Amino acid sequence: MANALKPKHQRLVLVIIALVALLAAGLLAAWALRNQASYFYVPSDMTAHPPAPDRAVRLGGMVEKGSLKTMPDGVTIRFIVSDGKARVPVSYSGIVPDLFKEDSGVVAEGKLGSDRTFHAATLLAKHDERYVPRELQEMTKAQARQTVAETK
Amino acid sequence: MHGFANPARFLRLARWLTPLLLLGGIVVTAASLTWGLVEVPPDRLMGDTVRILFIHVPSAWLAMAGWMTLAGAGLVELTWRHPLAGIAGRAAATPGAAFCAICLATGSIWARPTWGTWWVWDGRLTSFLVLLFLYFGYIALAAAAQQDGGHSRVAAIFGLIGAINIPIINRSVVWWNSLHQPPSITLGKSAIDPAFLWPLFAAMLGFTLIFGGVVLARMRAILADMQAETRLRRKARGAAEAA
Repeated sequence: MANALKPKHQRLVLVIIALVALLAAGLLAAWALRNQASYFYVPSDMTAHPPAPDRAVRLGGMVEKGSLKTMPDGVTIRFIVSDGKARVPVSYSGIVPDLFKEDSGVVAEGKLGSDRTFHAATLLAKHDERYVPRELQEMTKAQARQTVAETK
Repeated sequence: MHGFANPARFLRLARWLTPLLLLGGIVVTAASLTWGLVEVPPDRLMGDTVRILFIHVPSAWLAMAGWMTLAGAGLVELTWRHPLAGIAGRAAATPGAAFCAICLATGSIWARPTWGTWWVWDGRLTSFLVLLFLYFGYIALAAAAQQDGGHSRVAAIFGLIGAINIPIINRSVVWWNSLHQPPSITLGKSAIDPAFLWPLFAAMLGFTLIFGGVVLARMRAILADMQAETRLRRKARGAAEAA
């Protein structure tokens, strides 16, 4: 009954079939890239499959609360990056980005040493998706909501 | 739908809609940016740097919405052969590319103080850079087709194929570990405090109105160009026959 179909409807069906095939192919390709296209390893990846000692890799996770320490030389810092499942100690000397602090996200570029410590050459701070004004950060959620409602 | 495909009717509508959208967009954008850049309190971690949000996010939205517009126009052009669809796609490409460039530039400026780097090759940033190059490709293809005088469907097909990048950009921070944070606004939920969220929505509305006005203005300009071209051709033909 294809002949009963108007040309424009025939074209529409063709375009839609082509689009669906294309979308499926593209998303499959992106899905297959899942492990290769990640920007960093999380600590549990790194402890399960440690990279070769001289291979430069990136490690990303949360800076564990209370783990950040400055060494006696004043420029070297040590802290622990964790993802809730595994913990990797990191050492770094240099200037840290403004947003780098405990209990916050970090991406470290460097090498995993034979001492199981990650020696970072560069530190990048990872911001989370929350945006909160300074005045509201100490309040509880209910207080904040009330303040916002009052100032509206 | 078919009514608006008639260029004469479209021009009548666009004549008053273009200045309305542009003026409304400028007023809303100016108000929301004053709100966002001056009034809003600083962020708990980033301080005043957070104000880039009010330009970065609306630009990102329009860079992606712009591509969806030209992909949609491509679909209509291929299927129904509406004469205006190809023109709409061409008109949306340049402002879309401009917003894409603004988004990349503001993102880079924002990344330096917050992340500590101008650029990283993570999933979100890379896929967005690809979008900018897709825009360049589309503009070049559409311009080449126009120069030949013919009506080429290559640009429309390219627009549809390029649309695959949009869901990839959207999902890039979810599928892959990236330095860019995951989405702040998801369906019915927002991790952005209301103090930032409302001026952000207002800025997105203002930018969108400006985008719509620019697209309509460019469509009118392209239509006028085509009309002038036909008139010149007719004149030249007439002169050749008279000689």
